Amino acid sequence: MKGWMGKFRMLFLFGALSLILSGCGVDNISALKPEGYGSELLFDLMLISIAIMLFVFVIVMAIYTFVIIRYRQKKGQEDYIPKQTEGNKALEIIWTVIPIILLLVLAVPTVQATFDLADNSGSEEEGAINIEVTGNQYWWHFNYKGQEISTSQDLYIPKDKRVHLTMKSTDVIHSFWVPSIAGKMDTNPGDNQNTMSLEAYEEGEYLGQCAELCGPSHSLMDFRVIAVSQEEFDQWVEDMKNVDPEAQPESDVAREGQELFNNNCMSCHAIGSAPAGVGPNMTNFANRSKIAGILDPTKENLVDWIVHPDEIKPGNQMPSNLVNEDEAEKIAEYLLQLDHTDVTPESAEQN
Amino acid sequence: MSTALAQKRGLGAAIWDYLTTVDHKKIAQLYLVSGGIFFLIGGLEAMLIRIQLMQPNSDFISAGLYNEMITMHGTTMIFLAAMPLIFALMNAVVPLQIGARDVAFPFLNSLGFWLFLAGGLILNCSWFLGGAPDAGWTAYAPLSATSPGHGVDYYVIGLQISGAGTLIGGINFLVTIVNMRAPGMSYMRMPLFTWASFVTSNLILFAFPALTVGLFLLMFDRMFGSAFFDVGLGGNAIIWEHLFWIFGHPEVYILILPVFGAFSDIFSTFSTKRLFGYSAMVFATVLIGFLGFMVWAHHMFTTGLGPVANSIFAVSTMAIAVPTGIKIFNWLFTMWGGKIRMTSAMLWSIAFIPTFTIGGMTGVMLAAAAADYQYHDTYFVVAHFHYVIVGGVVFGFFAALHYWWPKMFGKVLNEKLGKLAFWPFFIGFHLTFFIQHFLGLMGMPRRYWTYQEGQGLDLGNLISTVGAFLMAIGTLIFVYNVIYTAMKEKKVSGDPWDGRTLEWSIPSPPPFYNFKQTPLVRGLDPLWIEKQDGKTGMTPAEPLGDIHMPNGSFLPFLMSLGLFIAGFGFIYQVDHKGWLALVFIGMGITLGSMLTRSLKDDLGYHVHKEELEEGGGNHES
Amino acid sequence: MSHDDVLNPKEMPHEPEKATHEGQNKFLGFWFFLGGETVLFASLFGTYLALNESNAQDPTRSEMFGLELVFIMTMLLLTSSLTSVYAMYHMKNNDFKKMQTWLAITVFLGLGFLGFEIYEFTHYIHEYEFTFQSSAMGSAFYTLVGFHGGHVLFGLLWITSLMLRNAKRGLNLYNAPKFYVASLYWHFIDVVWVFIFTVVYLMGKVG
Repeated sequence: MKGWMGKFRMLFLFGALSLILSGCGVDNISALKPEGYGSELLFDLMLISIAIMLFVFVIVMAIYTFVIIRYRQKKGQEDYIPKQTEGNKALEIIWTVIPIILLLVLAVPTVQATFDLADNSGSEEEGAINIEVTGNQYWWHFNYKGQEISTSQDLYIPKDKRVHLTMKSTDVIHSFWVPSIAGKMDTNPGDNQNTMSLEAYEEGEYLGQCAELCGPSHSLMDFRVIAVSQEEFDQWVEDMKNVDPEAQPESDVAREGQELFNNNCMSCHAIGSAPAGVGPNMTNFANRSKIAGILDPTKENLVDWIVHPDEIKPGNQMPSNLVNEDEAEKIAEYLLQLDHTDVTPESAEQN
Repeated sequence: MSTALAQKRGLGAAIWDYLTTVDHKKIAQLYLVSGGIFFLIGGLEAMLIRIQLMQPNSDFISAGLYNEMITMHGTTMIFLAAMPLIFALMNAVVPLQIGARDVAFPFLNSLGFWLFLAGGLILNCSWFLGGAPDAGWTAYAPLSATSPGHGVDYYVIGLQISGAGTLIGGINFLVTIVNMRAPGMSYMRMPLFTWASFVTSNLILFAFPALTVGLFLLMFDRMFGSAFFDVGLGGNAIIWEHLFWIFGHPEVYILILPVFGAFSDIFSTFSTKRLFGYSAMVFATVLIGFLGFMVWAHHMFTTGLGPVANSIFAVSTMAIAVPTGIKIFNWLFTMWGGKIRMTSAMLWSIAFIPTFTIGGMTGVMLAAAAADYQYHDTYFVVAHFHYVIVGGVVFGFFAALHYWWPKMFGKVLNEKLGKLAFWPFFIGFHLTFFIQHFLGLMGMPRRYWTYQEGQGLDLGNLISTVGAFLMAIGTLIFVYNVIYTAMKEKKVSGDPWDGRTLEWSIPSPPPFYNFKQTPLVRGLDPLWIEKQDGKTGMTPAEPLGDIHMPNGSFLPFLMSLGLFIAGFGFIYQVDHKGWLALVFIGMGITLGSMLTRSLKDDLGYHVHKEELEEGGGNHES
Repeated sequence: MSHDDVLNPKEMPHEPEKATHEGQNKFLGFWFFLGGETVLFASLFGTYLALNESNAQDPTRSEMFGLELVFIMTMLLLTSSLTSVYAMYHMKNNDFKKMQTWLAITVFLGLGFLGFEIYEFTHYIHEYEFTFQSSAMGSAFYTLVGFHGGHVLFGLLWITSLMLRNAKRGLNLYNAPKFYVASLYWHFIDVVWVFIFTVVYLMGKVG
């Protein structure tokens, strides 16, 4: 109940309405179950607009029902000619003025919320977390400014803290949407960079999606925002800064996998804080809750993905059959031990 | 030309007649048939989309094909189904409602149709020639500019050609309504459908050129190496969004206003009452048309235009709710105190009111700029615009077709079948789209090929698909009704509904010159006025005399054929310059036809007084 | 009542372009068409203004554009607009010969304009390698100015073919509206050029 109109909710009987609506959808996905600053603000705005609209709808439907029942032609009325009314000034003024008033009532919070969400002044402050979000066909890259941290697909943020995003795209337009904690904003190619902010009220793993048609695998471009406690986040930052991209894995298979990875995959992918490449950064891969945004993180799935990426995400840039299945198994072994921190999606779910 | 050739009998003559006709009533039929067929194709695409989305992680159709399907569904429904059906109604009705013998530019009228058809056929050829466009009907750059294959090329060329046809049609109706009204038919006596057609034509005139330019830029980028949307050379993808929506938003009103007009006429006729608040209705129509140009950026709230622009466009968008609300209330009060006859036309109209009210309300919700950060590009938007476009435009077509069918074809569509088509469509419609509001808010973006399990979207999508099947059943029953009526129903009189406006004062279907004598209009609902005075028809405004009629012409077809050929040349010259030959041949045919048109006098012919007296001047039959 | 009698009255009315119903329709329809053309050019101007600094590797506008040539072009086109007014003046006085003469001068001036424009484009391409494909600004520049040039070319062909077609039979109520709307079109092209001169060249040189 941290929304700006939290205290008025009961007054407007929004309680009931919000209760009904928030019965819809799944936690951490649905915009109707707000768990962050942006989504709660927007949920409140939705409630106001729905309430006003329902009010109008009820009136229209009342007149409508009355009219079609009462004035339907009855037996014996065939020759009856109704009075030909031209209009009624008073009535017409009423149904012009009242909607104007209702719309003004809606316009004020709309404008307020629009400016509120565009306010990015906090990004300049000391200790502000600024993250550069880059949309790619069909994955997301996150660059923590001033921290030399690069990750892909999983975006870690501390809970209860406003995180500032600047957004761009390397190819076509995408749209960054995390319904349960914030709205969405497009990532444009070129100089049209956008900003938005994120703030989660609860720890958790929130589903993010691409909301602008970007090619065949548009619907498979899922990502996750993982909100953890401040301490865990600090820990995560510390761990991520100290990733050794060339660390030798323990098992022989994984070492072979590393060799294969370096030879075949490093021209596009990176590990550690290297800048965004053609493909996702693999740092901390073992802790991703999904492979390629959509597959469960099993070795089998990973091998499948490495060998046949085009069958899983049609139209993506990763070449198919670059390595054979045996080699892919070794690479998978290597990738699945890239466990660079103890702060994982599970840490977000413990509370 | 037409007179000599029309002597021939049989199928060949009939085809030649339709290829060369400049009669607005026949052009209306051409628009109706081709628009209807495209509507069925678009509907088929919709069914495939819904089957794909029936369950999570489905691969009924592939991701690439799915994108082609959604693109072609949207493009077909808007440009190739809704637009021609609007023109079908306008052609069938507007000249009759204003007491004119034809439109202002019969030749251009025919050209507009053939251009539309050429464009529509090019677009649909893509299915068989390497794949349809796949960048969405909005074709946002750079996705559209870089989409591989020729799909988007077909989109660009097809829409450019059919768009030219639409623009020509718009100008034609503007001049027709300004210049061709019968004596006494002042602006404030025009039926609402004519008013709406007038405003819509204005919107076409001022909105389509923005699309033309957008399509040119995209065409140049894809085919001639320019850099409008290429950020590497300084291009800017947002330009496309602006141009597209400067066209695209008025387009919504281009579609909805004429059916608003049709509803107004229908409510008035079947309530046996004068339209309530006529001048307010006219004012609201004009205001909606005007505001329609001020709101395009509400499609771009998440593009990043900043809070000032977003707020301005939010408020201007909300303002449209006011005139729309005026219309809803005026319709309700037209029925209030009337005598409602529940015909099929009226049934569709009555179903339209709550449906469109919901669509309008979600429209206001979407206008709340910040909240759109949640709604934008989700199934909430999909639900909203289907409530407006299906619940408004498609319901409107069904209502208007039931209403004017006897005027167009001389037979009333079977009422039982009409109602039988209505119920599955109506129920199926709400089943399909109401749930989609919730799907969107529950986190389902639009244009999603599939969704993952466990996201709570399974049941809603299943319900939606079931609804879509009901809509398909309703549509098929309507098609059956058309065939059944043509075979079995009897001819009716010129005025089967106890009509109020001029079109009901002449036989059904009307003779090719419409009015033997131009009628004298004495007020709003002119035929009703005469009926109240105990007369059976209109008082003529002129003595019986020779009627000047335009000649038919094959040139419009040839011009469009030329562009059709040239279109393929443009598309494929990217692969091999040899294809430029097609461009030259096609453009040669088109420009040659234009030159012929310009240089060869075409003075038309006269239907003589004597022929008219003999009972109708069977000049063409 | 034959068409010839109607179209060749003993006394030509003062406004032959609007004397017939078809003429009135054509006149009004063409004004509407120009309304649509206005939106077309407005969209092109908007595009150009959005991209006029996106010259990538190309020189900037002020480095390339010279006002002298463009000024001559402007004068040519403005004068041609004036001469087409004279032509219409003579049409209203039913002086076909003088109308044809002034139209010929109009076409001649238009050709001059087009020649200079082609020279200007080749100059940019050879001197600065500034082309349709070299930058977004190049695309926008050539599209805007080229669309105008295309309109000029179409106008010239149109007026010329009207002149040739009617050279022998003279003026009547059937072709008067055709001449009239062609001259309207020519004025429109002229007005668009004034905007191009201001927005593209003057602002490009100064701004």
